[in-house]
Amino acid sequence: MNLTINGVETPIESGPLTSLLDVLREELGITSPKAGCEQGGCGACTVLVDGEPRRSCLTPAASVDGAAITTVEGLGTPENLSPVQQAFTHHYAAQCGFCTSGMMMASQAYIDGGGTDDREAIQHALGGHVCRCTGYVKIIDAVAAVVRGESFDPNVTAAGTAMTNLGGMA
Amino acid sequence: MASEVLMPSSPSEAVSLFGDGAATTVIGGGTVVMPEITYGRLAPDRVLLLTNAGLDTVAVDGDTITIGATTRVDALAELGIDGLTACAGNVADGEIRSQATVGGNLCVGQGHEAPRGDLQGALLALDATVRSTGSDGERTESLETFLPHRHARLVLEVNFTRPAASAFAALEYPHTHEYTVLAVSGTRTADGTIRLAATGVAGPGARLRSAESAASDPEAAGAAAVNDVTFADDSLASAWYREQTLPVLVRRVLAQLEEST
Repeated sequence: MNLTINGVETPIESGPLTSLLDVLREELGITSPKAGCEQGGCGACTVLVDGEPRRSCLTPAASVDGAAITTVEGLGTPENLSPVQQAFTHHYAAQCGFCTSGMMMASQAYIDGGGTDDREAIQHALGGHVCRCTGYVKIIDAVAAVVRGESFDPNVTAAGTAMTNLGGMA
Repeated sequence: MASEVLMPSSPSEAVSLFGDGAATTVIGGGTVVMPEITYGRLAPDRVLLLTNAGLDTVAVDGDTITIGATTRVDALAELGIDGLTACAGNVADGEIRSQATVGGNLCVGQGHEAPRGDLQGALLALDATVRSTGSDGERTESLETFLPHRHARLVLEVNFTRPAASAFAALEYPHTHEYTVLAVSGTRTADGTIRLAATGVAGPGARLRSAESAASDPEAAGAAAVNDVTFADDSLASAWYREQTLPVLVRRVLAQLEEST
């Protein structure tokens, strides 16, 4: 099997029924997709398969043979965050961070698909993603901001707190 | 881990490889089977993976609609049948709906903590027929007679006639839980026949025939419906709660059908 992962064609040696999540995390060491519930209920493992958000834990590797996979590692770099990553940072849309990867990938697909800044539409698009910190408001704020084309100073959050004051978390 | 994973590249190859279905686990989208494997509840010897089987065609011929088994749940909305659209839209969330298949949803068994198989109700209300293959070869039968045998057969396609009106009502499911607690689907045909069916009851989806007979009087229909099913009693809701709420859902569906006259 072969997958094109974040633009890089990659041979896959895992078995055909290995979940895409395990291929990414265990075989390839790509750890942004999280193993949350591993039964399709939480959305922490969502990646893009040929541009569509997909639960990697529910996806047998053989069913996506030859597909293009995008994970958070393919969005931006620490020095050059993607618009979604910038907005999540600026709006402080992550607390514990466990749901963040899946939230960002679903958000990216929503934005790529021409989604608007309508909050209900954003909620619908992220409806399969559970944030147990219940930080939904800021996540929706972040997605709406990207849709509106807002740009951010990555070192300053929406509340005005310099990220460097938070123990250098930026 | 499975010793043998078969990926048919045509419907006829899928039929041939399924054979009598003995000891064969079928995977459509993966949303039902993959957690079973992940959690160690299932270690299949022989898997039929339908990704490339060509069973995902939807054919609309006048009012006759034929849906291939691996058609994605979210594709049903494109048919423009209100009740079916609402029912399909109530399945889990958008990402699941774009991966899960119609055939898988029809064949799924009782969940570990909740009923499953939302589409059974909407398709029972549409009086759908199922073409499937198994130990006695291919056959076409009503969904109602198919459902008791669903675990032993490979669904090939589902067929039904576009109704004059259709409706759906469900209890909202609790946050973070994606299975429907209880739902009622209804249709009215061009000649005025009302069909009603429920999911979220014990066992697969079921027609509500007593309620259908009383459909001209929604209060009576709702009251009668509780005689048509046995109620699931699980972590989502008690049987008592479902029994109290089924009449409400029946009345809502009949009201929707009335409005679309």
